[in-house]
Amino acid sequence: MSAITLTLKLAGLTTVILLLLGTPLAWWLARTHSAWKGVASAVVALPLVLPPTVIGFYLLVTLGPNGPLGQLTQALGLGLLPFTFAGLVVGSVLYSLPFVVQPLQNAFEAIGDQPLEAAATLRASPLDTFFSVVLPLARPGYLTATVMGFAHTVGEFGVVLMMGGNIPGQTRVVSVQIYDYVEALEYAKAHWLAGGLVVFSFVVLLALYMLNPTGQRRSGKPGALS
Amino acid sequence: MTLHNQQAGIKARLKVVRAGTAPQGFTLNVDLNLPGDQVSALYGPSGSGKTTCLRAIAGLERATDAYLEVNGEIWQDETHGIFVPTHQRAVGYVFQDAGLFSHLTVTQNLNYGRQRVPVAQQRVSLEQVVDLLGLTNLMDRRPGTLSGGERQRVAIARALATSPKLMLMDEPLASLDTRRKAEILPYLEKLRDQMHIPIIYVSHASEEVARLADHLVLLDAGHMTESGPTNQLMTRLDLSLAHGEAASAIVHATISGHEPAYHLTLADFPGGRLSVPQQALAVGGQLRIRIQARDVSLTLAPQTGTSILNILPVTVTAISDDSPGQVMVRLDATGTPLLARITRKSADALELAAALASGHVVYAQVKGVAILG
Repeated sequence: MSAITLTLKLAGLTTVILLLLGTPLAWWLARTHSAWKGVASAVVALPLVLPPTVIGFYLLVTLGPNGPLGQLTQALGLGLLPFTFAGLVVGSVLYSLPFVVQPLQNAFEAIGDQPLEAAATLRASPLDTFFSVVLPLARPGYLTATVMGFAHTVGEFGVVLMMGGNIPGQTRVVSVQIYDYVEALEYAKAHWLAGGLVVFSFVVLLALYMLNPTGQRRSGKPGALS
Repeated sequence: MTLHNQQAGIKARLKVVRAGTAPQGFTLNVDLNLPGDQVSALYGPSGSGKTTCLRAIAGLERATDAYLEVNGEIWQDETHGIFVPTHQRAVGYVFQDAGLFSHLTVTQNLNYGRQRVPVAQQRVSLEQVVDLLGLTNLMDRRPGTLSGGERQRVAIARALATSPKLMLMDEPLASLDTRRKAEILPYLEKLRDQMHIPIIYVSHASEEVARLADHLVLLDAGHMTESGPTNQLMTRLDLSLAHGEAASAIVHATISGHEPAYHLTLADFPGGRLSVPQQALAVGGQLRIRIQARDVSLTLAPQTGTSILNILPVTVTAISDDSPGQVMVRLDATGTPLLARITRKSADALELAAALASGHVVYAQVKGVAILG
Protein backbone atom coordinates (compact mmCIF):
# COMPACT_ATOMS: atom_id res chain seq x y z
CA MET A 1 0.00 0.00 0.00
CA SER A 2 1.38 3.36 -0.93
CA ALA A 3 2.18 5.98 1.68
CA ILE A 4 -0.65 8.16 0.38
CA THR A 5 -3.44 5.61 0.68
CA LEU A 6 -2.07 4.51 4.05
CA THR A 7 -2.14 8.11 5.26
CA LEU A 8 -5.72 8.65 4.04
CA LYS A 9 -6.83 5.40 5.66
CA LEU A 10 -5.21 6.32 8.97
CA ALA A 11 -6.64 9.87 8.96
CA GLY A 12 -10.11 8.65 7.95
CA LEU A 13 -10.29 5.94 10.59
CA THR A 14 -8.86 8.24 13.25
CA THR A 15 -11.43 10.95 12.43
CA VAL A 16 -14.37 8.54 12.64
CA ILE A 17 -13.18 7.19 16.01
CA LEU A 18 -12.56 10.71 17.30
CA LEU A 19 -16.04 11.92 16.29
CA LEU A 20 -17.61 8.94 18.08
CA LEU A 21 -15.49 9.33 21.23
CA GLY A 22 -15.33 13.12 21.08
CA THR A 23 -19.09 13.70 20.97
CA PRO A 24 -19.93 12.38 24.47
CA LEU A 25 -16.67 13.79 25.87
CA ALA A 26 -17.29 17.25 24.40
CA TRP A 27 -20.94 17.14 25.49
CA TRP A 28 -19.90 16.31 29.04
CA LEU A 29 -17.26 19.07 29.05
CA ALA A 30 -19.80 21.57 27.69
CA ARG A 31 -22.57 20.74 30.18
CA THR A 32 -20.87 19.65 33.39
CA HIS A 33 -20.35 21.72 36.52
CA SER A 34 -18.16 18.96 37.94
CA ALA A 35 -14.90 19.82 39.68
CA TRP A 36 -13.21 17.38 37.27
CA LYS A 37 -14.00 19.57 34.27
CA GLY A 38 -10.73 21.51 34.61
CA VAL A 39 -8.66 18.35 34.89
CA ALA A 40 -10.38 16.73 31.91
CA SER A 41 -10.00 19.88 29.80
CA ALA A 42 -6.30 20.05 30.59
CA VAL A 43 -5.77 16.40 29.69
CA VAL A 44 -7.64 16.84 26.40
CA ALA A 45 -5.51 19.90 25.58
CA LEU A 46 -2.17 18.25 26.45
CA PRO A 47 -1.39 17.11 22.86
CA LEU A 48 -1.59 20.77 21.80
CA VAL A 49 1.49 21.67 23.82
CA LEU A 50 3.49 18.44 24.19
CA PRO A 51 6.11 17.66 21.53
CA PRO A 52 4.77 14.71 19.49
CA THR A 53 7.95 12.80 20.39
CA VAL A 54 6.90 12.90 24.06
CA ILE A 55 3.48 11.46 23.26
CA GLY A 56 5.09 8.85 21.02
CA PHE A 57 7.66 7.95 23.63
CA TYR A 58 5.13 7.33 26.39
CA LEU A 59 2.84 5.42 24.04
CA LEU A 60 5.78 3.25 23.06
CA VAL A 61 6.58 2.58 26.72
CA THR A 62 3.04 1.92 27.95
CA LEU A 63 1.97 -0.09 24.90
CA GLY A 64 5.27 -1.97 24.74
CA PRO A 65 5.85 -5.53 26.05
CA ASN A 66 6.67 -4.30 29.58
CA GLY A 67 4.09 -1.51 29.70
CA PRO A 68 0.75 -1.93 31.50
CA LEU A 69 -1.32 -1.43 28.35
CA GLY A 70 1.04 -3.66 26.38
CA GLN A 71 0.50 -6.48 28.85
CA LEU A 72 -3.25 -5.86 28.65
CA THR A 73 -3.35 -6.04 24.84
CA GLN A 74 -1.25 -9.20 24.95
CA ALA A 75 -3.53 -10.76 27.57
CA LEU A 76 -6.51 -9.91 25.35
CA GLY A 77 -4.83 -11.67 22.46
CA LEU A 78 -4.36 -8.46 20.47
CA GLY A 79 -0.60 -8.67 20.52
CA LEU A 80 1.57 -5.60 20.79
CA LEU A 81 0.44 -2.36 19.18
CA PRO A 82 3.72 -0.47 18.55
CA PHE A 83 4.98 -0.81 14.98
CA THR A 84 1.50 -1.77 13.72
CA PHE A 85 -1.22 0.18 11.91
CA ALA A 86 -3.53 -0.30 14.92
CA GLY A 87 -0.86 1.29 17.09
CA LEU A 88 -0.74 4.27 14.74
CA VAL A 89 -4.51 4.67 15.04
CA VAL A 90 -4.26 4.70 18.84
CA GLY A 91 -1.47 7.27 18.72
CA SER A 92 -3.31 9.44 16.17
CA VAL A 93 -6.51 9.41 18.22
CA LEU A 94 -4.61 10.78 21.23
CA TYR A 95 -2.60 13.21 19.14
CA SER A 96 -5.62 14.74 17.34
CA LEU A 97 -8.05 14.55 20.28
CA PRO A 98 -8.12 18.31 21.08
CA PHE A 99 -8.64 19.20 17.43
CA VAL A 100 -11.95 17.32 17.47
CA VAL A 101 -13.13 17.78 21.07
CA GLN A 102 -12.59 21.52 21.30
CA PRO A 103 -14.64 22.57 18.22
CA LEU A 104 -17.43 20.24 19.34
CA GLN A 105 -17.33 21.58 22.90
CA ASN A 106 -17.43 25.17 21.61
CA ALA A 107 -20.38 24.35 19.36
CA PHE A 108 -22.29 22.65 22.20
CA GLU A 109 -21.58 25.53 24.57
CA ALA A 110 -22.76 28.08 22.01
CA ILE A 111 -26.13 26.34 21.75
CA GLY A 112 -26.87 27.14 25.39
CA ASP A 113 -29.68 25.90 27.60
CA GLN A 114 -32.64 27.42 25.87
CA PRO A 115 -33.02 25.17 22.81
CA LEU A 116 -32.77 22.17 25.12
CA GLU A 117 -35.43 23.57 27.44
CA ALA A 118 -37.64 24.54 24.51
CA ALA A 119 -37.35 21.00 23.15
CA ALA A 120 -38.22 19.53 26.57
CA THR A 121 -41.40 21.64 26.75
CA LEU A 122 -42.21 20.32 23.26
CA ARG A 123 -42.17 16.71 24.51
CA ALA A 124 -38.69 15.75 23.27
CA SER A 125 -36.75 13.43 25.58
CA PRO A 126 -33.09 14.33 26.23
CA LEU A 127 -31.84 11.79 23.64
CA ASP A 128 -34.43 12.92 21.09
CA THR A 129 -33.35 16.53 21.76
CA PHE A 130 -29.73 15.65 21.12
CA PHE A 131 -30.44 14.24 17.68
CA SER A 132 -33.19 16.64 16.60
CA VAL A 133 -31.84 19.90 17.99
CA VAL A 134 -28.25 19.68 19.23
CA LEU A 135 -26.70 17.85 16.27
CA PRO A 136 -28.24 20.09 13.58
CA LEU A 137 -27.34 23.25 15.51
CA ALA A 138 -23.78 21.98 16.11
CA ARG A 139 -23.23 21.18 12.43
CA PRO A 140 -20.61 23.93 11.90
CA GLY A 141 -18.71 22.52 14.89
CA TYR A 142 -18.82 19.01 13.40
CA LEU A 143 -17.52 20.29 10.08
CA THR A 144 -14.62 22.04 11.79
CA ALA A 145 -13.90 19.02 13.99
CA THR A 146 -13.92 16.61 11.03
CA VAL A 147 -11.63 18.71 8.89
CA MET A 148 -9.24 19.58 11.71
CA GLY A 149 -9.08 16.01 13.00
CA PHE A 150 -8.43 14.63 9.51
CA ALA A 151 -5.91 17.27 8.46
CA HIS A 152 -4.02 17.19 11.72
CA THR A 153 -3.64 13.41 11.50
CA VAL A 154 -2.35 13.70 7.95
CA GLY A 155 0.30 16.09 9.24
CA GLU A 156 1.42 13.79 12.05
CA PHE A 157 5.11 12.87 12.11
CA GLY A 158 6.74 12.62 15.52
CA VAL A 159 4.26 10.21 17.07
CA VAL A 160 4.46 7.92 14.03
CA LEU A 161 8.21 7.89 14.02
CA MET A 162 8.45 7.16 17.74
CA MET A 163 5.95 4.33 17.96
CA GLY A 164 5.21 3.28 14.39
CA GLY A 165 8.62 3.23 12.85
CA ASN A 166 8.89 3.17 9.12
CA ILE A 167 7.38 -0.07 7.84
CA PRO A 168 6.30 0.23 4.17
CA GLY A 169 2.58 -0.42 3.71
CA GLN A 170 1.99 -0.60 7.45
CA THR A 171 3.27 2.48 9.17
CA ARG A 172 5.13 4.48 6.53
CA VAL A 173 2.81 7.47 6.10
CA VAL A 174 3.45 10.43 3.78
CA SER A 175 5.25 12.58 6.34
CA VAL A 176 7.68 9.76 7.13
CA GLN A 177 8.14 8.97 3.43
CA ILE A 178 9.15 12.59 2.83
CA TYR A 179 11.71 12.32 5.62
CA ASP A 180 13.09 9.17 3.98
CA TYR A 181 13.39 10.82 0.56
CA VAL A 182 15.21 13.79 2.05
CA GLU A 183 17.63 11.53 3.93
CA ALA A 184 18.28 9.70 0.67
CA LEU A 185 18.75 13.07 -1.08
CA GLU A 186 15.88 12.27 -3.46
CA TYR A 187 14.63 15.87 -3.44
CA ALA A 188 12.46 15.54 -6.56
CA LYS A 189 10.35 12.80 -4.98
CA ALA A 190 10.27 14.71 -1.69
CA HIS A 191 8.99 17.75 -3.59
CA TRP A 192 6.07 15.85 -5.11
CA LEU A 193 4.87 14.60 -1.74
CA ALA A 194 5.67 17.75 0.25
CA GLY A 195 4.11 20.01 -2.37
CA GLY A 196 1.11 17.70 -2.48
CA LEU A 197 0.66 18.07 1.28
CA VAL A 198 0.87 21.87 1.03
CA VAL A 199 -1.81 21.93 -1.67
CA PHE A 200 -3.97 19.42 0.22
CA SER A 201 -3.78 21.39 3.47
CA PHE A 202 -4.53 24.67 1.73
CA VAL A 203 -7.56 23.27 -0.12
CA VAL A 204 -8.93 21.68 3.05
CA LEU A 205 -8.59 24.85 5.10
CA LEU A 206 -9.97 27.00 2.28
CA ALA A 207 -12.99 24.72 1.99
CA LEU A 208 -13.47 24.90 5.75
CA TYR A 209 -13.45 28.68 5.88
CA MET A 210 -15.70 29.00 2.85
CA LEU A 211 -18.25 26.50 4.13
CA ASN A 212 -18.11 27.80 7.67
CA PRO A 213 -17.68 31.56 7.52
CA THR A 214 -17.46 32.50 11.18
CA GLY A 215 -17.93 36.19 10.49
CA GLN A 216 -21.14 35.72 8.57
CA ARG A 217 -23.29 33.82 11.01
CA ARG A 218 -26.47 35.76 11.44
CA SER A 219 -26.48 35.79 15.20
CA GLY A 220 -22.73 35.79 15.74
CA LYS A 221 -22.50 32.37 17.32
CA PRO A 222 -23.04 28.93 15.84
CA GLY A 223 -26.35 27.31 16.50
CA ALA A 224 -27.83 30.30 18.23
CA LEU A 225 -31.53 30.69 18.56
CA SER A 226 -33.37 33.42 16.81
CA MET B 1 -46.81 8.06 36.60
CA THR B 2 -49.77 10.40 37.02
CA LEU B 3 -52.64 9.89 39.37
CA HIS B 4 -56.08 11.19 38.69
CA ASN B 5 -58.75 12.63 40.86
CA GLN B 6 -61.67 14.91 40.22
CA GLN B 7 -60.12 18.15 41.47
CA ALA B 8 -60.34 21.03 39.00
CA GLY B 9 -57.89 23.87 39.22
CA ILE B 10 -54.17 24.23 39.57
CA LYS B 11 -52.53 23.63 42.90
CA ALA B 12 -48.86 24.49 43.08
CA ARG B 13 -46.94 24.31 46.31
CA LEU B 14 -43.38 25.02 45.28
CA LYS B 15 -40.18 25.63 47.10
CA VAL B 16 -37.01 26.41 45.20
CA VAL B 17 -33.87 27.26 47.14
CA ARG B 18 -30.78 28.58 45.40
CA ALA B 19 -27.79 28.72 47.70
CA GLY B 20 -25.80 31.89 48.20
CA THR B 21 -26.47 35.49 49.08
CA ALA B 22 -28.61 37.79 46.95
CA PRO B 23 -28.76 38.20 44.00
CA GLN B 24 -27.58 34.61 43.33
CA GLY B 25 -29.13 33.22 46.47
CA PHE B 26 -32.89 33.10 46.27
CA THR B 27 -35.78 31.27 47.82
CA LEU B 28 -39.14 30.82 46.19
CA ASN B 29 -41.82 29.57 48.53
CA VAL B 30 -45.36 29.74 47.24
CA ASP B 31 -48.63 27.90 47.63
CA LEU B 32 -50.86 28.75 44.69
CA ASN B 33 -54.46 27.83 44.01
CA LEU B 34 -55.36 28.96 40.52
CA PRO B 35 -58.49 28.54 38.41
CA GLY B 36 -58.32 25.57 36.03
CA ASP B 37 -59.81 27.25 32.97
CA GLN B 38 -58.77 30.89 33.10
CA VAL B 39 -55.80 33.22 32.74
CA SER B 40 -53.82 33.72 35.92
CA ALA B 41 -51.13 36.36 36.01
CA LEU B 42 -48.07 36.22 38.22
CA TYR B 43 -47.30 39.87 38.82
CA GLY B 44 -44.40 41.42 40.65
CA PRO B 45 -41.11 43.29 40.32
CA SER B 46 -38.12 41.61 38.68
CA GLY B 47 -36.45 39.21 41.08
CA SER B 48 -39.73 38.40 42.79
CA GLY B 49 -39.64 34.80 41.57
CA LYS B 50 -42.20 34.90 38.76
CA THR B 51 -40.03 33.16 36.19
CA THR B 52 -38.65 30.67 38.73
CA CYS B 53 -42.21 29.78 39.64
CA LEU B 54 -43.09 29.18 35.99
CA ARG B 55 -39.93 27.12 35.40
CA ALA B 56 -40.72 24.98 38.43
CA ILE B 57 -44.25 24.35 37.14
CA ALA B 58 -42.78 23.26 33.80
CA GLY B 59 -40.25 21.03 35.57
CA LEU B 60 -37.33 22.95 34.05
CA GLU B 61 -36.22 23.70 37.56
CA ARG B 62 -36.76 21.07 40.21
CA ALA B 63 -38.63 22.39 43.18
CA THR B 64 -37.85 20.62 46.42
CA ASP B 65 -40.83 20.11 48.70
CA ALA B 66 -43.31 20.45 45.85
CA TYR B 67 -46.87 19.46 45.11
CA LEU B 68 -48.20 20.29 41.67
CA GLU B 69 -51.58 19.29 40.36
CA VAL B 70 -53.13 20.50 37.11
CA ASN B 71 -56.86 19.81 36.78
CA GLY B 72 -56.56 16.50 38.57
CA GLU B 73 -53.27 15.37 37.03
CA ILE B 74 -50.36 15.20 39.44
CA TRP B 75 -47.11 16.38 37.89
CA GLN B 76 -45.03 16.53 41.01
CA ASP B 77 -45.44 15.28 44.56
CA GLU B 78 -42.10 15.15 46.29
CA THR B 79 -43.48 13.55 49.45
CA HIS B 80 -44.39 10.52 47.31
CA GLY B 81 -41.32 10.78 45.07
CA ILE B 82 -43.30 11.79 41.99
CA PHE B 83 -41.56 14.03 39.47
CA VAL B 84 -42.86 13.95 35.92
CA PRO B 85 -40.02 15.23 33.69
CA THR B 86 -40.71 18.27 31.55
CA HIS B 87 -41.03 16.33 28.29
CA GLN B 88 -43.81 14.20 29.79
CA ARG B 89 -45.83 17.17 31.11
CA ALA B 90 -48.58 18.41 28.78
CA VAL B 91 -47.32 21.94 29.10
CA GLY B 92 -46.96 24.70 26.51
CA TYR B 93 -44.17 27.12 27.37
CA VAL B 94 -43.64 30.48 25.71
CA PHE B 95 -40.24 31.96 26.50
CA GLN B 96 -39.51 35.64 26.78
CA ASP B 97 -37.45 35.64 23.59
CA ALA B 98 -39.39 33.05 21.58
CA GLY B 99 -36.64 30.38 21.49
CA LEU B 100 -37.53 29.11 18.02
CA PHE B 101 -35.27 26.49 16.47
CA SER B 102 -33.14 28.42 13.97
CA HIS B 103 -32.42 25.31 11.87
CA LEU B 104 -36.11 24.70 11.16
CA THR B 105 -38.72 26.60 9.14
CA VAL B 106 -41.85 27.97 10.78
CA THR B 107 -43.80 24.90 9.66
CA GLN B 108 -41.15 22.56 11.07
CA ASN B 109 -41.05 24.55 14.31
CA LEU B 110 -44.83 24.21 14.65
CA ASN B 111 -44.67 20.49 13.91
CA TYR B 112 -41.75 19.78 16.23
CA GLY B 113 -43.85 19.52 19.36
CA ARG B 114 -47.11 18.46 17.70
CA GLN B 115 -45.52 15.37 16.12
CA ARG B 116 -44.33 14.21 19.52
CA VAL B 117 -47.86 14.19 20.97
CA PRO B 118 -49.81 10.95 20.47
CA VAL B 119 -52.63 11.45 17.96
CA ALA B 120 -55.24 10.49 20.57
CA GLN B 121 -54.13 13.43 22.71
CA GLN B 122 -54.15 16.01 19.93
CA ARG B 123 -57.09 18.31 20.48
CA VAL B 124 -55.81 21.31 18.55
CA SER B 125 -55.22 21.07 14.81
CA LEU B 126 -52.33 22.74 13.03
CA GLU B 127 -54.76 24.68 10.84
CA GLN B 128 -56.55 25.97 13.92
CA VAL B 129 -53.29 27.22 15.42
CA VAL B 130 -52.03 28.75 12.17
CA ASP B 131 -55.36 30.49 11.73
CA LEU B 132 -55.62 31.72 15.30
CA LEU B 133 -52.18 33.35 15.22
CA GLY B 134 -52.32 34.51 11.61
CA LEU B 135 -49.26 32.60 10.39
CA THR B 136 -50.46 31.49 6.94
CA ASN B 137 -47.95 33.66 5.09
CA LEU B 138 -45.00 32.83 7.29
CA MET B 139 -45.00 29.03 7.07
CA ASP B 140 -41.94 28.61 4.82
CA ARG B 141 -39.83 31.29 6.49
CA ARG B 142 -36.83 30.72 8.76
CA PRO B 143 -36.96 32.24 12.27
CA GLY B 144 -34.01 34.49 11.38
CA THR B 145 -36.12 36.31 8.79
CA LEU B 146 -39.07 37.04 11.09
CA SER B 147 -39.73 40.20 13.09
CA GLY B 148 -39.78 39.99 16.88
CA GLY B 149 -43.57 40.02 16.94
CA GLU B 150 -43.84 37.32 14.29
CA ARG B 151 -41.35 35.14 16.14
CA GLN B 152 -43.37 35.43 19.32
CA ARG B 153 -46.57 34.51 17.47
CA VAL B 154 -44.85 31.41 16.05
CA ALA B 155 -43.59 30.52 19.53
CA ILE B 156 -47.11 30.80 20.97
CA ALA B 157 -48.49 28.70 18.10
CA ARG B 158 -45.74 26.09 18.54
CA ALA B 159 -46.61 25.69 22.22
CA LEU B 160 -50.34 25.62 21.49
CA ALA B 161 -49.93 22.99 18.76
CA THR B 162 -48.95 20.41 21.40
CA SER B 163 -52.53 20.58 22.80
CA PRO B 164 -51.21 21.55 26.24
CA LYS B 165 -53.24 21.15 29.39
CA LEU B 166 -51.56 24.27 30.73
CA MET B 167 -49.96 27.18 28.92
CA LEU B 168 -47.10 28.96 30.65
CA MET B 169 -46.10 32.34 29.26
CA ASP B 170 -43.00 34.08 30.56
CA GLU B 171 -43.38 37.78 29.72
CA PRO B 172 -43.97 37.00 26.04
CA LEU B 173 -44.26 40.71 25.26
CA ALA B 174 -41.36 42.02 27.34
CA SER B 175 -38.81 42.02 24.51
CA LEU B 176 -41.15 43.80 22.07
CA ASP B 177 -41.70 47.50 21.48
CA THR B 178 -45.10 49.12 22.07
CA ARG B 179 -46.27 48.64 18.50
CA ARG B 180 -45.38 44.93 18.44
CA LYS B 181 -47.05 44.48 21.82
CA ALA B 182 -50.24 45.98 20.45
CA GLU B 183 -49.90 43.58 17.51
CA ILE B 184 -49.71 40.48 19.74
CA LEU B 185 -52.22 41.33 22.48
CA PRO B 186 -55.32 40.65 20.32
CA TYR B 187 -53.92 37.17 19.54
CA LEU B 188 -53.46 36.48 23.24
CA GLU B 189 -57.04 37.60 23.87
CA LYS B 190 -58.28 35.28 21.13
CA LEU B 191 -56.25 32.47 22.67
CA ARG B 192 -57.83 33.16 26.07
CA ASP B 193 -61.37 33.39 24.71
CA GLN B 194 -61.33 30.52 22.21
CA MET B 195 -59.02 27.79 23.45
CA HIS B 196 -60.25 27.15 27.02
CA ILE B 197 -56.77 26.21 28.18
CA PRO B 198 -55.63 27.48 31.56
CA ILE B 199 -52.83 30.00 31.15
CA ILE B 200 -50.31 31.20 33.68
CA TYR B 201 -48.94 34.49 32.46
CA VAL B 202 -45.91 36.17 33.98
CA SER B 203 -45.73 39.92 33.69
CA HIS B 204 -44.54 43.05 35.37
CA ALA B 205 -46.76 45.27 33.18
CA SER B 206 -50.06 46.16 34.85
CA GLU B 207 -51.53 47.03 31.43
CA GLU B 208 -51.11 43.44 30.19
CA VAL B 209 -52.42 42.03 33.43
CA ALA B 210 -55.53 44.22 33.22
CA ARG B 211 -56.18 43.14 29.65
CA LEU B 212 -55.53 39.43 29.95
CA ALA B 213 -55.80 38.09 33.46
CA ASP B 214 -58.89 36.81 35.24
CA HIS B 215 -56.95 35.88 38.33
CA LEU B 216 -53.99 37.69 39.78
CA VAL B 217 -51.17 36.55 42.02
CA LEU B 218 -48.84 39.17 43.46
CA LEU B 219 -45.32 37.96 44.15
CA ASP B 220 -42.64 39.72 46.12
CA ALA B 221 -39.21 38.38 47.11
CA GLY B 222 -40.22 34.80 46.39
CA HIS B 223 -43.46 34.92 48.36
CA MET B 224 -47.07 35.28 47.36
CA THR B 225 -48.45 38.45 48.90
CA GLU B 226 -51.96 38.38 47.42
CA SER B 227 -54.08 36.14 45.23
CA GLY B 228 -57.55 36.82 43.89
CA PRO B 229 -59.74 37.94 41.00
CA THR B 230 -57.91 40.61 38.98
CA ASN B 231 -60.51 43.32 39.50
CA GLN B 232 -60.58 42.81 43.25
CA LEU B 233 -56.82 43.20 43.60
CA MET B 234 -56.55 46.07 41.13
CA THR B 235 -58.96 48.12 43.21
CA ARG B 236 -57.55 47.32 46.64
CA LEU B 237 -56.26 50.64 47.93
CA ASP B 238 -53.70 48.98 50.18
CA LEU B 239 -51.91 47.59 47.10
CA SER B 240 -49.70 49.61 44.78
CA LEU B 241 -51.64 48.41 41.71
CA ALA B 242 -54.51 50.69 42.74
CA HIS B 243 -52.37 53.80 42.72
CA GLY B 244 -50.76 56.09 40.19
CA GLU B 245 -51.63 57.13 36.66
CA ALA B 246 -52.42 53.64 35.40
CA ALA B 247 -54.80 52.65 38.23
CA SER B 248 -58.01 51.29 36.79
CA ALA B 249 -60.92 48.92 37.33
CA ILE B 250 -62.27 46.19 35.08
CA VAL B 251 -65.96 45.81 34.39
CA HIS B 252 -67.41 42.66 32.84
CA ALA B 253 -70.51 43.69 30.93
CA THR B 254 -73.05 42.14 28.56
CA ILE B 255 -74.10 43.90 25.38
CA SER B 256 -77.76 44.90 25.67
CA GLY B 257 -78.19 46.93 22.52
CA HIS B 258 -76.70 49.20 19.90
CA GLU B 259 -77.30 52.80 18.89
CA PRO B 260 -76.06 52.71 15.29
CA ALA B 261 -76.97 56.34 14.67
CA TYR B 262 -74.48 57.38 17.35
CA HIS B 263 -71.99 54.56 16.78
CA LEU B 264 -72.51 53.40 20.34
CA THR B 265 -73.03 50.06 22.00
CA LEU B 266 -74.87 49.68 25.30
CA ALA B 267 -73.35 47.33 27.84
CA ASP B 268 -75.03 46.31 31.07
CA PHE B 269 -73.38 45.20 34.29
CA PRO B 270 -74.88 44.90 37.78
CA GLY B 271 -73.84 48.47 38.56
CA GLY B 272 -75.69 50.01 35.64
CA ARG B 273 -75.43 50.63 31.92
CA LEU B 274 -72.42 51.92 30.01
CA SER B 275 -72.37 53.47 26.54
CA VAL B 276 -69.21 52.44 24.78
CA PRO B 277 -67.84 52.90 21.25
CA GLN B 278 -69.72 50.67 18.83
CA GLN B 279 -68.74 47.00 18.95
CA ALA B 280 -69.12 44.34 16.28
CA LEU B 281 -70.52 41.82 18.79
CA ALA B 282 -74.24 40.98 18.90
CA VAL B 283 -76.57 41.51 21.86
CA GLY B 284 -75.57 39.10 24.62
CA GLY B 285 -71.85 39.35 23.78
CA GLN B 286 -69.40 39.77 26.63
CA LEU B 287 -67.19 42.83 26.98
CA ARG B 288 -64.27 43.46 29.25
CA ILE B 289 -64.14 47.17 29.88
CA ARG B 290 -61.40 49.08 31.62
CA ILE B 291 -62.26 52.29 33.44
CA GLN B 292 -59.22 54.30 34.47
CA ALA B 293 -59.32 56.02 37.87
CA ARG B 294 -58.28 59.33 36.32
CA ASP B 295 -61.33 59.23 33.99
CA VAL B 296 -63.83 59.03 36.85
CA SER B 297 -65.13 62.12 38.64
CA LEU B 298 -67.67 62.27 41.47
CA THR B 299 -70.79 64.34 42.12
CA LEU B 300 -73.16 64.28 45.08
CA ALA B 301 -76.28 64.53 42.88
CA PRO B 302 -76.83 63.12 39.37
CA GLN B 303 -75.92 65.80 36.84
CA THR B 304 -78.13 66.80 33.97
CA GLY B 305 -76.96 68.99 31.18
CA THR B 306 -73.60 67.31 30.96
CA SER B 307 -71.83 65.79 27.96
CA ILE B 308 -70.86 62.78 30.01
CA LEU B 309 -72.97 59.74 29.04
CA ASN B 310 -71.95 57.28 31.71
CA ILE B 311 -73.13 58.23 35.16
CA LEU B 312 -73.35 55.46 37.73
CA PRO B 313 -74.78 55.51 41.26
CA VAL B 314 -72.11 54.23 43.63
CA THR B 315 -71.14 54.16 47.28
CA VAL B 316 -67.73 55.14 48.64
CA THR B 317 -65.98 52.15 50.24
CA ALA B 318 -62.48 53.51 50.88
CA ILE B 319 -60.36 56.62 50.51
CA SER B 320 -56.59 56.61 50.41
CA ASP B 321 -53.77 59.05 49.69
CA ASP B 322 -52.43 58.79 46.18
CA SER B 323 -50.15 61.75 45.49
CA PRO B 324 -49.76 64.89 47.64
CA GLY B 325 -52.60 66.63 45.83
CA GLN B 326 -54.79 63.65 45.01
CA VAL B 327 -56.68 60.88 46.68
CA MET B 328 -57.83 57.52 45.33
CA VAL B 329 -61.43 56.67 46.07
CA ARG B 330 -62.69 53.12 45.91
CA LEU B 331 -66.31 52.89 44.85
CA ASP B 332 -68.85 50.12 44.81
CA ALA B 333 -71.25 49.91 41.87
CA THR B 334 -73.62 47.21 43.12
CA GLY B 335 -70.83 44.71 43.65
CA THR B 336 -68.39 45.89 40.99
CA PRO B 337 -65.50 47.92 42.42
CA LEU B 338 -64.43 51.09 40.61
CA LEU B 339 -61.69 53.64 41.28
CA ALA B 340 -61.81 57.42 41.09
CA ARG B 341 -58.72 59.59 41.34
CA ILE B 342 -59.70 63.08 42.40
CA THR B 343 -58.01 66.08 44.00
CA ARG B 344 -57.75 66.24 47.74
CA LYS B 345 -59.53 69.58 47.60
CA SER B 346 -62.54 68.07 45.81
CA ALA B 347 -62.65 65.20 48.28
CA ASP B 348 -62.88 67.69 51.13
CA ALA B 349 -65.40 69.90 49.32
CA LEU B 350 -67.68 66.93 48.64
CA GLU B 351 -67.19 65.69 52.21
CA LEU B 352 -66.42 62.24 50.90
CA ALA B 353 -65.29 61.10 54.32
CA ALA B 354 -68.88 61.62 55.46
CA ALA B 355 -70.19 59.74 52.43
CA LEU B 356 -67.86 56.88 53.30
CA ALA B 357 -69.15 56.82 56.87
CA SER B 358 -72.83 57.14 56.01
CA GLY B 359 -72.91 54.97 52.90
CA HIS B 360 -74.81 57.62 50.96
CA VAL B 361 -75.05 57.19 47.23
CA VAL B 362 -72.82 59.45 45.15
CA TYR B 363 -72.51 59.55 41.36
CA ALA B 364 -69.51 58.47 39.34
CA GLN B 365 -69.13 60.25 36.02
CA VAL B 366 -67.10 58.12 33.63
CA LYS B 367 -65.38 60.25 31.01
CA GLY B 368 -63.88 57.42 28.99
CA VAL B 369 -63.71 53.65 28.76
CA ALA B 370 -61.39 51.24 27.01
CA ILE B 371 -62.68 48.00 25.55
CA LEU B 372 -60.24 45.20 26.33
CA GLY B 373 -62.02 42.53 24.30
